[in-house]
Amino acid sequence: MRYALALCLTTSLFMQPFTQAFASGEVNLYSYRQPFLIEPMLESFTQKTGIEVNISFVDKGMAEKIRAAGNNNPADAVLTVDIGRLDALRKAGLLEPVQSSILEDAIPSHLRHPEGLWFALSTRARIALVSRDRWLPGPLKTLADLADPAHRGKICTRSGKHPYNVALIASIIAHEGEEAAERWLAGVRDNLARKPQGNDRAQAKGVYEGVCDIAISNHYYMGKMATNEEKPEQKRWAQAVEVRFFDVDDRGNHVNISGAALLKGAKNRDEAIALIEFLAGDEAQSQYGTVNFEYPVKEGIATHPLVESWGRFKADSLPLAEIARHRETATRLVDKTRFDSGPSR
Amino acid sequence: MRPDLWVLIALLIGALIAIPLGSILFVGFGPSSQPDSGIWAHLVSTVLWDYLSNTLLLMVGVGIGTVLLGASTAWLVTMYRFPGRSILSWALLLPLAVPGYILAFVITDQLEYAGTVQSALRAWFGWSSARDYYFPEIRSLGGAAIVLSLVLYPYVYLLARASFIEQGTALFEAGRCLGKGALSAFLTVALPLARPAIVVGASLALMETLNEYGTIDFFAVPTLAAGIFDVWLNMDRVRGAAQLASMLAAFALCLVALERISRKGRRFHDTTRRGRPPLTPTSLTGPSKIVASIWCALPVLLGFVLPALVLARYAIEFYAKTLDADYLDFVINSVFLAAWAALLTTAIGVALAYGVRLSSSRPVKSLAEFATIGYAIPGAVLAVGIVAPLGHIDRALDFIATQIFGMSSVGLLLSGTVVSLIVGYTVRFMALGYRTMDAGLARITPAIEGAARTLGASPSRSFAEVHFPLLRPSVSTAALLVFVDTMKELPLTLILRPFNYETLATFVYRYASDELLEECALGALTIVAAGIVPVILMSRAVASMRNIRR
Repeated sequence: MRYALALCLTTSLFMQPFTQAFASGEVNLYSYRQPFLIEPMLESFTQKTGIEVNISFVDKGMAEKIRAAGNNNPADAVLTVDIGRLDALRKAGLLEPVQSSILEDAIPSHLRHPEGLWFALSTRARIALVSRDRWLPGPLKTLADLADPAHRGKICTRSGKHPYNVALIASIIAHEGEEAAERWLAGVRDNLARKPQGNDRAQAKGVYEGVCDIAISNHYYMGKMATNEEKPEQKRWAQAVEVRFFDVDDRGNHVNISGAALLKGAKNRDEAIALIEFLAGDEAQSQYGTVNFEYPVKEGIATHPLVESWGRFKADSLPLAEIARHRETATRLVDKTRFDSGPSR
Repeated sequence: MRPDLWVLIALLIGALIAIPLGSILFVGFGPSSQPDSGIWAHLVSTVLWDYLSNTLLLMVGVGIGTVLLGASTAWLVTMYRFPGRSILSWALLLPLAVPGYILAFVITDQLEYAGTVQSALRAWFGWSSARDYYFPEIRSLGGAAIVLSLVLYPYVYLLARASFIEQGTALFEAGRCLGKGALSAFLTVALPLARPAIVVGASLALMETLNEYGTIDFFAVPTLAAGIFDVWLNMDRVRGAAQLASMLAAFALCLVALERISRKGRRFHDTTRRGRPPLTPTSLTGPSKIVASIWCALPVLLGFVLPALVLARYAIEFYAKTLDADYLDFVINSVFLAAWAALLTTAIGVALAYGVRLSSSRPVKSLAEFATIGYAIPGAVLAVGIVAPLGHIDRALDFIATQIFGMSSVGLLLSGTVVSLIVGYTVRFMALGYRTMDAGLARITPAIEGAARTLGASPSRSFAEVHFPLLRPSVSTAALLVFVDTMKELPLTLILRPFNYETLATFVYRYASDELLEECALGALTIVAAGIVPVILMSRAVASMRNIRR
């Protein structure tokens, strides 16, 4: 038995080659996005153009990996969710500007870098999911209302340090200044029903279970839960809540993006730009809506019917670079207010 | 001066493995263009003390938990006969194969508001909402300590059991004859004799606790590891993050130092080897036999059976999704990497430990200890320490190829291939390789090698013919630990792997990170299953080390 095992292991040592060969007519992607969320788009890109897409899903350490490889960096482009990562790559000087009339026509200017260092491909709204059954004691039309003591003990959210919440807080800093943002954070903290935990879906679940009445979430999770055939319990979570946008009469609901950027020294530069342009084109833009319930960045493309049914809302048109600029301060405020320790009782 | 060869090897290896750690220190404290902008003032005035106290408390909790579970079960299984003992003797190792974050997920699933336990309580007592009763929050420091103890105690169990078996019963019986009770003889004779093994096991568990991120993130317990990622990714301060990581490394060095101090001036060599009778476990009777069964079964049930059942249930429901992905390729990749990592780490660990033993010089020893600190650093941070030097080497190779030999660019020979992964695992798991060997060598009395050398054997020959055969149990222990850990390893794999290269762990993570555990349950189950095979083989090896009577 022991020798059989030794043999197995020895064989497995030589099971595969140590090197990888790259063919031409391809593009190499680093992706912060879950591959299964973008595979449909990448497949139709390959079908249309014959360009193969190699993808590597990374989350932490992407910038450091790219920098360490220097001129040898094998990746051509990156896909990310959240503006923060794109901005970190920009700050590290790892992005290459792209001049493309296709991209400039398709993407509104506040959703791309002025010099073409990065481009948004879809937007996602950070919204409230509010209990359908229980009556809210106070108004909930603006982000400021979340900090209203009327909602004490009613709010569920994931960690304040999560990039989605950091961007939300950064948008408040950009609009109202640091002190106002700190007061707001402290107010929301006191209104929390529990210590921040779990992901966005877990917050809707919290409403379903009666732990809280207001869940802070990205909008597309509502679509994913409501249509989840494999896990019907998530449909029940979605049925327990309704969608509420913030600040639509005022500055508009905060949105974050998923986006793409070309890397400096890309070996397959033309293919990579072709891919980004494809992702901003009609077909892929419509898939962002139908597959992922996101909002396309391109005008006139419909998203998923369910998302359309919540109505189009006024989105905050604050340039994303502004939000990225305040991320560090936002993170520090989360520390300072001890937001993640939960409500102080 | 012949011994110098081994010492040189040890020095060289130690230095190579220490490079990534040095590179993290360099990022943290070397010259920098990025201004610090008061990151420390901010941390000190806000969350640093939380990070430190949470880290310390978690270590205390996991330390107590793993030693309590590991040493007690090892002793019972070695010395007594009770129902289920022969199965439990290897089953107690199984939780080692369960990744911490998966157990965290499963336990939360059961204990949270909508979980089985609370639902049953509500139905029983007629409570209608969370406000009607108190239930301890599982997503807490205590919860994290319990979960981590449950998956990490096998380190202590494995090493303690090997030590108890080697000790034999002679000294314990002597204690009994001198009038001590069974418990008292255990506490005052057997336990102190097994101390080096238990301390090594516990220090491995605590180093894993230091680098643990998945579990504590899920439980929303901010430790130093969480702080590193926050400063690094949200505040975009790589330097500050590297400084925090150095603080973590300092914690780990304290652990090593504590272990050394606890061993100081004492020797734990086997001196009663000759003529020892085989171990004869005593039969327990009455209620004590039931208590022993339950006590030993409990960690297996909670740490392995429960998560395995939940995963199996999901896997049956969602297996098609996993098979759709190139599941078999992932399995092959994982086993391939784990086998290489186990081979290299063990081989290097042996060489390092033997070199340190021969040299008996302080600097060599300190270097070796420093080389094992990678185990306590979160994988993602260590990966950053690895890509930087590998990138330099790659660029140098590329330069040599293109400029000196006029070849076309050779690209990324190391950092773009699986070589970087294997290097990464070796650096990361060197603690397992080195410290297990070191503990193994500590049990071999110098008299033996004195004898070998007096008879004219060179250090190499005495190693091949004397030490290595005696070390075989330690070698297989180390190889097993590295193999299982590599199968589970995630953050480092994510960063260092080449394009289109997926392992079971990265596949599982893609889904699990979005709390979509069901979709990847088959993958997770395979990680667990792949850990079981070596666990069982290993356990047989330990048992056959001294022919214990069944």
